[in-house]
Amino acid sequence: MKETYFHSVQITQAACRGCTFCVKHCPTEAIRVRNGKALILPNRCIDCGTCIRNCPFRAPQAKTDQLSRLKDFRYNIVLPPPSLYSQFNENIHRESIWQGLMQLGFDEIFDVALASDYIAVEIEKFIHEHAGEHKTYISCACPAVLRLIQVKFPELIPLIIPVLPPAEAAAIYIKNKIAREKHLPKEQIGVWFIAPCPSKGANIHQPVDVVHPEITGAFTVSAIYSLIMKNKKNLPAEKFTRPVSKGSSYGMGWGVYGGELKSAGLTNAIAVHGLAEVRDVLEQLSLNKMPGLDYVECSACQSGCVGGPLVSENRFVAETNLKRRIHNMRLREPSTRAATLKAVLTCEGFPHSAEYVKPLQPRPMMSLDADINVAMQKVERMEEILQGLPGLDCGVCGAPSCMCLAEDIVQGRAHEMDCIFKLRAQVKKLAYGMAELSRQLPLTGGNTMDDGLVAPAEDKNHET
Amino acid sequence: MAEIKALKLAFDVPGANFDRAGEASAKLKRTLQQVGVPAEVIRRVAIGSYEGEINLIIHAGGGQLQAEIYPDHTRVIVSDQGPGIPDVKEAMQEGYSTASEEARAMGFGAGMGLPNMYNCADAFEIQSKVGWGTIITMDFKHQDR
Ligand SMILES: Nc1ncnc2c1ncn2[C@@H]1O[C@H](COP(=O)(O)OP(=O)(O)O)[C@@H](O)[C@H]1O
Ligand SMILES: [Mg+2]
Repeated sequence: MKETYFHSVQITQAACRGCTFCVKHCPTEAIRVRNGKALILPNRCIDCGTCIRNCPFRAPQAKTDQLSRLKDFRYNIVLPPPSLYSQFNENIHRESIWQGLMQLGFDEIFDVALASDYIAVEIEKFIHEHAGEHKTYISCACPAVLRLIQVKFPELIPLIIPVLPPAEAAAIYIKNKIAREKHLPKEQIGVWFIAPCPSKGANIHQPVDVVHPEITGAFTVSAIYSLIMKNKKNLPAEKFTRPVSKGSSYGMGWGVYGGELKSAGLTNAIAVHGLAEVRDVLEQLSLNKMPGLDYVECSACQSGCVGGPLVSENRFVAETNLKRRIHNMRLREPSTRAATLKAVLTCEGFPHSAEYVKPLQPRPMMSLDADINVAMQKVERMEEILQGLPGLDCGVCGAPSCMCLAEDIVQGRAHEMDCIFKLRAQVKKLAYGMAELSRQLPLTGGNTMDDGLVAPAEDKNHET
Repeated sequence: MAEIKALKLAFDVPGANFDRAGEASAKLKRTLQQVGVPAEVIRRVAIGSYEGEINLIIHAGGGQLQAEIYPDHTRVIVSDQGPGIPDVKEAMQEGYSTASEEARAMGFGAGMGLPNMYNCADAFEIQSKVGWGTIITMDFKHQDR
C-alpha cells in the first residue's frame, strides 16, 4: 500500500551541483544527493521550502500554475492573501492592488482576510467550548506545520483545531456563490490562490485537511507582485468601483505571526514562527510540558506568511508594510474587535468548517518496516552500522547524518562505501593488499617496488 | 529469519546535568518511531521516560534509563542508586515535591512526574529504599488507549 504524495517543491536537475546544502538544512531529512544530484524522498518532504531558501544555485523550485490556465475557465476568481498586500507599501490602496489583479485577467476577487475573520470566530468559539478539557489546540493555518505533524508528531494530530484554512473556506464560499449567481457549472469556474509558500501550493493539489477542496490552482506571490508592478502605471488614480468583500484589519493580521491569536481574541495562547521553533514547541506539547495553555499558533516561516519562500520582499520590510497597513485600517474601524468583526461578517451562507474538515492522516515516515518484527531487526542492524560510522555527520555521503546513512543502508538505498571514511579505510586496505601482492611477484629488475606502505596496525575503520 | 525477542536500549543519565535533560527519552522516542509503534503509545512512553529521566537528574544524582521493546509492548526501567524515597505513597501525590530551588528555577519540580508516569503507563511499579536507590518499571501495550 504505497501512497503517493504530491509535492510542489521539485529539484531542477540541470541546476543542481550536488553541494548538499539543502540536505543539511532540510528539517525532515528528506533530501539525499545521489550521483551528484539532490533527490527528494517524497514520503518525507513537507513542502516547507527550506531548500528553496538555502540553495545557492536555485535548483529547488516550487511548481505552480501558469497564468495562461485562466483561459481554460469561463470565470476566474482570485484569492489574494495578506502576504500579497505585504509586498506593497501601505500607501498603495487595496483597491489599486485589486485593479492590478483584474488587469491580469481575473473576473472576481475575494479577500482571504475576510475568510480569516470568519475562521477566527470559529476558533474563538471552539476554544471557549473546549476550555474545560485542559488541552492545547494547534492552529491549522500553515500546511507545512500540518505536514510536519503528520510525519514527525502524529501523536499530536488530535490536537489540531478542526477548522478550515481561510483560503479554502473562501474558495468554497465564492465558487458556490458565483455558480449560483452566474448560472455556471462549478467546473467552469477557476479559483486561484496566490501562495507565499510551496506548502500552500501543495495543499491545493493534495489537501491534507479538507474534503471537496475548491481551489483550482496557485500562483506565487512573487510572480503576481512583479506582474502587477509591471503595470504599475495603470494602477488607477480614479476609484476602483467594483464591490469586493473585504476583510478587517484582524483578518489582515493573519499574514504576520501573532495575528491569528489577536483576531480570535485568544490570550492564553502563544505564537511560534520558524520551523526549528515550531518543532521545539511541538516537542514540548508532546511531552505535555505546557499544561493549561489553550492554543498554539504555528507558522513554518519566520515572521509568518510574510516571510514565505515565494514572496519577493524581505521579510522585515514585508512585515512592516503589513503592520502599517493594519494600523491604518484600524484607525477607520469600530473600536472593539467584536464590533469590527460584526461589521464585516456579512456573507450569507459562509461555510461552517465542521462540514468540510477531515482529520489528518499520519504519514509513517519513520517506521522502517510495516512488519514490526522486521522493523525491530532493522533497528538493530542500523545500530550496528551506525557504530561503524564516524559520527561526524559530514554529509559527504549525500545523507544529512550518519544516522540517516545507516537508515538508508538498511533500507537498501545506500551502501556503506558511500561513507568517505569507510571508503578511505577500504582503499588503504586494498592498497596494502596490492603492495603485499607485488612483493610476492618475481622481481624483474634490481629495484624493489616497496613504496613504504605498511600494514594498517589495527583497522580502526576511519581516521578523524 | 530469526525471531528477535526484544530490542534493548540502555542510556546512562548523568546527574545534575540539566542541559542534556530529555536526550535519552528523545532517542527512545526515535527508536520507537522506527519500529513503528503507534503514535499515541509513543507519546505516553515519551512522557513516562522523560519524567523518569528528569527525576534521575534532579533527585537521584544520575542513573540508568533502559527500554525493552517487544512486538506487542514496551517496558521502560528507570533505576538509580541514589538517596531513595522515604515515603513512596507521599511522593506519588500530585504536587508533592522536594525539588531544590535551582531545579524549580529551571522549570522542574511541579510534583507531577511520578503521577504522570503512573497515569501514562499501562502498568507501573516502584521500588525504593533510603540509601539503596529507586527502580521504576513501566509497561506500555502497543495499543491506543
Ligand atoms: N529517583 C528518585 N530518587 C529520589 N527521590 C525521588 C526520585 N524520584 C522522585 N523522588 C521524590 O519524589 C518526589 C516527587 O517526584 P515527582 O512526582 O517526579 O515530582 P518532582 O520531580 O516535580 O519533584 C520528588 O520531589 C522527590 O522527593
Ligand atoms: Mg519529577
